[in-house]
Amino acid sequence: MIQTFPRGGVHPAEDKFAAGSPIKTLKVPETVVIPLSQHIGAPAEPVVKKGDEVKTGQVIAKSKGFVSTNIHSSVTGTVRKIDSELDSSGYKRAAVVIDTGEDNWAEGIDTGKTINKDITAGADEIIRKTLDAGIVGLGGATFPSHIKLSLPKGKKADVLIINGVECEPCLTSDHRLMLERGDELMVGIQLLMKALNVTRAFIGIENNKPDAIAHLIKLSVNYEGITVKPLRIKYPQGAEKQLIKALINREVPSGGLPVDVGTVVHNVGTAVAVYEAVQKNKPLIERIVTVTGREMKEPSNFLVRIGTPVRTLIDAAGGLPDNTGKVVNGGPMMGKALNSLDVPVTKGTSGIVIIPSAEASRKPVVNCVRCAKCVTVCPMGLEPYLLMPAAEFGKWDLAEEESILDCMECGSCSYICPSGRPLLDYIRLGKSTVSKIIRSRKQ
Amino acid sequence: MSDIVIYSIITVSAMGAAAAIILFMVAKKFNVVEDPRIDLVEEELPAANCGGCGLPGCRAFAEALVKADDISGLKCPVSSSEAMARISVILGKEIADPEPLVAVVRCAGTPEHRPRTNLYDGAPACSIASALYTGEGGCPHGCLGLGDCVEVCRFDAIHMNPETGLPEVTDELCTACNACVVGCPRNIIELRKKNKKDRKIYVACINEEKGGVARKNCKVACIGCGKCVKACKFDAITLENNLAYIDPVKCKLCRKCAPECPTNAILEINFPVRREKAEAQVQD
Repeated sequence: MIQTFPRGGVHPAEDKFAAGSPIKTLKVPETVVIPLSQHIGAPAEPVVKKGDEVKTGQVIAKSKGFVSTNIHSSVTGTVRKIDSELDSSGYKRAAVVIDTGEDNWAEGIDTGKTINKDITAGADEIIRKTLDAGIVGLGGATFPSHIKLSLPKGKKADVLIINGVECEPCLTSDHRLMLERGDELMVGIQLLMKALNVTRAFIGIENNKPDAIAHLIKLSVNYEGITVKPLRIKYPQGAEKQLIKALINREVPSGGLPVDVGTVVHNVGTAVAVYEAVQKNKPLIERIVTVTGREMKEPSNFLVRIGTPVRTLIDAAGGLPDNTGKVVNGGPMMGKALNSLDVPVTKGTSGIVIIPSAEASRKPVVNCVRCAKCVTVCPMGLEPYLLMPAAEFGKWDLAEEESILDCMECGSCSYICPSGRPLLDYIRLGKSTVSKIIRSRKQ
Repeated sequence: MSDIVIYSIITVSAMGAAAAIILFMVAKKFNVVEDPRIDLVEEELPAANCGGCGLPGCRAFAEALVKADDISGLKCPVSSSEAMARISVILGKEIADPEPLVAVVRCAGTPEHRPRTNLYDGAPACSIASALYTGEGGCPHGCLGLGDCVEVCRFDAIHMNPETGLPEVTDELCTACNACVVGCPRNIIELRKKNKKDRKIYVACINEEKGGVARKNCKVACIGCGKCVKACKFDAITLENNLAYIDPVKCKLCRKCAPECPTNAILEINFPVRREKAEAQVQD
């Protein structure tokens, strides 16, 4: 019997239209906009100025503070300006705008296609290179990966979990990555295992990707300690805590981290990025982005440089259909609608989903009927029907008592609600206010 | 039979007397001496418990008034000056006459000035929309029009105008309790000095972006050109971060600045119609 996490979860339509289309490398655009804040934590500090010539892979912004990471130029060209530009956050934030020239890679980067399987780097070197390469969690959360690799003192991990679940509907970038770059992934996982000093690694994959599972099982025979585990389809299985529960049946305590139960979770994309950083000295300057939608002409998976405008991707996938209602950055469950197509692809852009206007708007909001479907589907065991009014009417003490901070914003409650209530909207508001209150209390 | 009645009366009376003695002793022992003036002061306060004074409710404010030696720093934005004068008599302390203030919405981005570029259908709260993106218009500083300020007003003094999509303050009802100022996630609302006949002149914009960008987002944005600064004879206007600000204390309501503004970002409210304008209207 294949495993899954026990509590809650929903089954949205999978709609993996782009699953069959191989990764295509997109042309380098004429101009790239590289935001300085593409990760959780402090924005990076720019080290280039207007008019500077930069090469592909050159550092243009340095990590500032503990939770931060480096940012590299994804193209060769001239820095046009460092200004605030609209990004996928919906606001203007500091970004480096680069006009592209001929593509010349910075020195020391191995751009060859050969797969380098010999691991010579030690744990410290792997962690250092992860930071240098500006690697963040590519599943979408964009948490700087080097922090997850350097375990806090006194904590020990015994198993590494690799997240190939891709439970978001529509998205297929991880699926294609596992199929086409399996060997790189395996070496990447071994590097991560070495950095964490663990001997076992599990790759969790939902069994709507049987080809990827079969391919990786075949490959894993050659690599010691790596086991591929198929998982029953259920959203949000790709969430860290749910995946840990499903794979090794350990429960991360409320407010705790996976390392508290002896494990660390990394995305498959991150593992490949670590492979490239350590074995090829290649920083994180491109990523795989799924561009898909029911009405799209050619749902595709593109390998694009960071900073490419979303519009370029949509044009490459056959253009925006006339009846488009929403363009979502990320998957349809957790993604966020864009209000401009000129925003750049960042390290966290896993997909662009085009939703037709008929499906784009929300249901009209009516009264809560106390059906408790939201409670049934909440994978964290929370009570969304209670948290929403707590946040709506400012009952922050109640919200805190009811563990609002445990919510990981998977959106299952809003998805299932028959009354169309904006549960997650208010819970998000509650989360940010409650964490502000807790911070001010500590001071 | 009569014995039972007598015994019962005696027993119950004895119990009553004992309880009375205990209660009396306890009341003596745990007696809280409260300044009787607190009650008197509280009676004079509006009992709105709005928190505008910065304290949790009117009772706490009354206690603070009685306790403090110098009460010039304590202000109830809701109380009339007569009520405060009465409180001053009760306490025998000088009360600073607070300058009356009124809430002012510093955004004039109606749909015609700030075209809609998208449609928001999330939860109808500014705090939520503001956390998500710039809003239905492109301006990242402008009013979202979802009415968080209306929600927090305890005095029914602020309402959304469905035509402009902007909140409007009823000056007579506004007590300057500060709730809307705190409630607005974009800090658009400001408390300004109340003038004669509710006259107001202020920059209805808080956009600090460069002129071109601001103008692109909204036709009535302040573009930071500085013309009003030059026009002002009282040094009341300052220009900082591409945004002009009229100091309500220094401003003498001379109306020299408003016609200078190329984007009409300076609003004049409750003034008589200008002569030139009136003539132009007659000609039309």
